[in-house]
Amino acid sequence: MKTQHKRLLQRTYIVLIFGFMYLPIAVLIAYSFNESKSRAAFTGFTLDWYKSLLQNEMILSALGTSLVLALVSSVLATVLGTLATIGIQSMSRRTQLLVNNISYVPVVNPEIITGVSLMLLFVLWQRAGLGGEGGIFGWFTLLIAHITFNVPYVIFNVSPKLRQLDPSLYNAAQDLGCTPRQAFFKVILPQLTPAILSAFLICLTYSIDDFMISYFNCGTMQTLPIAIYSMTRKKVSPEINALSAIMFLVILAIILISNALDSRTYRKNQAAIRKGMAQA
Amino acid sequence: MLRSKAARWAAAPYLVWMAIFIVVPLFIVIGYALTNADGAFTLENIAAIGRYSSVFARSLLLAAEATLICLVLAFPVGYFLSRLRANKQHIMLMLVMLPMWMNFLLRTYAWMTLLEKNGLINRLLGVFGIGPLNMINTSGAVVLGMVYNYLPYMILPLYTAMTKLDDSSIEAARDLGCNTRRILTRVLIPLSGPGIATGITMVFVPAVSTFIISRMLGGGSNLLIGDLIELQFLGNSYNLNLGSAMSLALMVIVLLCMSFTSSFDEEEMEGVM
Repeated sequence: MKTQHKRLLQRTYIVLIFGFMYLPIAVLIAYSFNESKSRAAFTGFTLDWYKSLLQNEMILSALGTSLVLALVSSVLATVLGTLATIGIQSMSRRTQLLVNNISYVPVVNPEIITGVSLMLLFVLWQRAGLGGEGGIFGWFTLLIAHITFNVPYVIFNVSPKLRQLDPSLYNAAQDLGCTPRQAFFKVILPQLTPAILSAFLICLTYSIDDFMISYFNCGTMQTLPIAIYSMTRKKVSPEINALSAIMFLVILAIILISNALDSRTYRKNQAAIRKGMAQA
Repeated sequence: MLRSKAARWAAAPYLVWMAIFIVVPLFIVIGYALTNADGAFTLENIAAIGRYSSVFARSLLLAAEATLICLVLAFPVGYFLSRLRANKQHIMLMLVMLPMWMNFLLRTYAWMTLLEKNGLINRLLGVFGIGPLNMINTSGAVVLGMVYNYLPYMILPLYTAMTKLDDSSIEAARDLGCNTRRILTRVLIPLSGPGIATGITMVFVPAVSTFIISRMLGGGSNLLIGDLIELQFLGNSYNLNLGSAMSLALMVIVLLCMSFTSSFDEEEMEGVM
């Protein structure tokens, strides 16, 4: 009797917490179908806000900027970070510790500090006359900023995998006639691919989501979060609600798909393990 | 493995990048903080921070409140989740992380709509003849925004710490005569120490340095450190030197907070990402 009572209490608590986490998003999405522009009352169902969102030049071009920026910066950060991981591995313990600690700086520092410190660097750069005519702030500074905050995540994702690798693999490949280059590309790199891929995906999401650091380094360029920010300053703009609904659906779809893929590979692996054990 | 010369050179591009875009900018911040507009050495900027002590105090207070509320709310959630069956745990974790993936501007905007004078909450209260309450543009709204945005960052490390906690240690404590309160203070809290430490850092650091939440939910009267810094760099009171001094002060606060929490946390920063 007492445990049943307890379980009910637990359930209620969990439901309340998840309600707290999801209700605001639900309200936001519900209002995206509201006919009236004001949020005071629900006057009727409409899809107009979705239509006007898809015709909103500012949002569309910001989305384009964000996607291209995320893709380019993630590719560069992944390459830079993977190379760095391999190099760091061959350093002495002391140097490794130093490099890792410095790499942690953008991860643990408040984002606003990373943002303003890079901004100051670019301000100096501009004062030295290296910015060209329109000033330095824009696509170039955004790209540098995004690579800078993404590389550490690549290093911290790939280096544990590299450490786990059996060192004799590389030697074995060379004993079997691989050049060092072949040994790296044919033996080491394929082992690291899953970690590199997941690092790349992490970079993509951080880059698309970033507001704080971009805000200080974008000049007049607009990424999607910056466009969202300027929309929230205008008080009433139901297009934001439509945008939220779309983003929520996209995120949900991504999570569900990746989850399904995960559990499929998991089941496959389990089956392979069982098969291997049966054979042994 | 890979101790060849080629491998050592592989890190070179990143080392250069790190030096230019991580190390140098931090020194530039220090340089700006210690000079005036003409580039001459001065301690004026540092001294000027004293004038904003009320803003600093407010930031620390609101962030601490939000962190404490997050800890209290998240602790039972982490515990319950860690006791579920594996496949259920997986689904619940997804549910915790899903809102994190929404852009935090949108999440904060959602609360703007809810808390407004003629927003949903006030209209609901109105049905019962209460209100309208003045909720938006208060410090309470800012704390609420922080709690809402950063709650998952508290739940996840707590959950991770508690999955390592065996049911048998709780049973043992009960067999040895502990009541629920003593199990909590003697077993659960000490054993989830690393999770608590990580959670506190992950909530407090972004909360103390935010400027969006205070701007969107706090109106003009609840300036935080982040707002001050933003005003110096991109706002009306453009003053890079003063802004740098404030950034420096914020860094010191964050470092103090982290050295405080890391004393409870023997484990490395794994699981943070």
